[in-house]
Amino acid sequence: MNTSSLDNTLITRNEDALRVISLTEAAAVPKATKREKHTYRQIGSERNFRRTLTAIGAAMIALVLGIFITLIIESIPSIKSLGIGYLWGKTWDPVRDIYGAYPFLIGTLLTSFLALFISIPFSFAVAIFLGEYYPTGWLPNLLKNTVELIAAVPSVIYGFWGLAVLVPIVRSFENKIGIEPAGIGIFTSSLILAVMIIPYAASLGRSMIQMVPSNLKEAAYSLGATRWEVIRSVSLPYVKSGLFAGVLLSLGRALGETMAVTMVIGNTSLIPKNIFAPGNTMASVIANEFTEADHPVYLSALIELGLVLFLVTFVINLIGKKVIQRYTNE
Amino acid sequence: MSTKIKYRIGKSGVFQGLTIAFAFACVIPLIAILLYIIKAGATKINWHFLTNVPKPVGESGGGIANALLGSMLIILLASIIAIPIGILCGIFLSENKKSKLAYWSRLCVDVLQGIPSIVIGIVAYFWLVKPFGGFSAISGSIALAIMMLPIVIRSTEETLKLLPDSLREAGYALGLPFHRVILKVIVPCGVSGILSGVMLSVARIAGETAPLLFTAFGNPYLSTDMRKPMQSLPLLIFNYATSPYNDWHDLAWGASMILLVWVLLLNIFTKLITRKWKVQL
Repeated sequence: MNTSSLDNTLITRNEDALRVISLTEAAAVPKATKREKHTYRQIGSERNFRRTLTAIGAAMIALVLGIFITLIIESIPSIKSLGIGYLWGKTWDPVRDIYGAYPFLIGTLLTSFLALFISIPFSFAVAIFLGEYYPTGWLPNLLKNTVELIAAVPSVIYGFWGLAVLVPIVRSFENKIGIEPAGIGIFTSSLILAVMIIPYAASLGRSMIQMVPSNLKEAAYSLGATRWEVIRSVSLPYVKSGLFAGVLLSLGRALGETMAVTMVIGNTSLIPKNIFAPGNTMASVIANEFTEADHPVYLSALIELGLVLFLVTFVINLIGKKVIQRYTNE
Repeated sequence: MSTKIKYRIGKSGVFQGLTIAFAFACVIPLIAILLYIIKAGATKINWHFLTNVPKPVGESGGGIANALLGSMLIILLASIIAIPIGILCGIFLSENKKSKLAYWSRLCVDVLQGIPSIVIGIVAYFWLVKPFGGFSAISGSIALAIMMLPIVIRSTEETLKLLPDSLREAGYALGLPFHRVILKVIVPCGVSGILSGVMLSVARIAGETAPLLFTAFGNPYLSTDMRKPMQSLPLLIFNYATSPYNDWHDLAWGASMILLVWVLLLNIFTKLITRKWKVQL
């Protein structure tokens, strides 16, 4: 190829068509036409749009960090004056300026784990029923949608219903077994919580059980296993960490649930003697006393409970999400 | 057939029966709650109930007009704040699948979804109530908007992820700039999924009480001033249900029924949309 004909031919470099422009042509830059102006404007707004998107993505991080930092800053007075022993302190008496979170920790753990214990058979039954026995059809579909609606009912309505219906039932039950018949207390709130958290473990468990490869199950069937044996020795072991993640998400819900628990737990700051005794959870004590807290350490002690709640649910949700992620990637 | 095999088949049948029994037992509480609330609430609801404010203790009658209006205003403002931000953030997450910022952002959205509502209430109190010197409906709206965000973001992201790349490429091939491809092609294609996410989030915050305790606070009078405390349905139910007065319980039952029917209808309607448009959530 000789150099003189280079001007007018198309040459290619890295598969891109390049046109050699002579000096005179490039020097005469034409005035931007209306059309070009429009193009530049579009490019400009494209850039702005991308920036807005990035800013909003970053804003989510700022929001969560902001929540975390606010909680820490506001609980500094209580951390300073009460120290780490605050969490193990056995008495909570704001009138005498004694603060100990132990009754609430115990109350929270008792209600949440009791609720989890009650709800697991039900939510796993739903998961196995919908994932294994009857994945399709109108009746399973109805069940699936109804169970999901359980999560939709506002917690304050659960609380009100519990107060009006469940409390008298529990009271008569307590009468029968010979405990002081209060009706309200840890047990009643666990019952309400158990109903509320069924959908979380159930819907996650269902989608996990449906993901069990059918050749595994068919292999077990061909060896002569019964339906139950296939579920127990093939399906459930295959999805056990997925089920665990569902239980964790349920636990996260149970720990943070406020209104329904506040309405039926009885709200005393004493350490509950048994599971029928009234008590308080971390969330319910915040809901009850936050607007009454009249001096800085009292208020800040309540916020420290909020901080603990935030951190615990954060860790639980993170573990749950990681387990699910590992599953869906595999 | 040997007894061993019979035993195994029998065991399998027993467990199947147990599973079915336990699975359907879950529905009982929901139906019990629905029936009880409709029975207790339906007789209280009439025109007077919907258009009057609550009477003081000792007088019977009165209504929940202040709570209805307050709930609507608070939810409206929360939606106005949360929906655009949520959709834009969902677009960001679905467009940047691999970037570091998107990874952290997605993690934060997950965290946000798990934060107990009472903690959001505390934080909103320190951000919006204390600095501005008093409880206000605006602070309640913002607290609820924070609770709406994760649901809107997740549903937008999941919907947009499912759209085929060819749609986007067709837009680019016509010379459309990025923002027009997104706003004129991608978002309209995924609008049903986004809409159902928005409706689910509205249904969720409609019943939230805990974040409003320290922000909107409640107000026994009819008020449309967003800078002042305002009543809302869940707050009214909580305050009146835990009070010792029967007249107030009646108001709370009526309010519960309205709230429950509203929330359940929103949920069912969303489910119908998702089925009609075959949206996966």
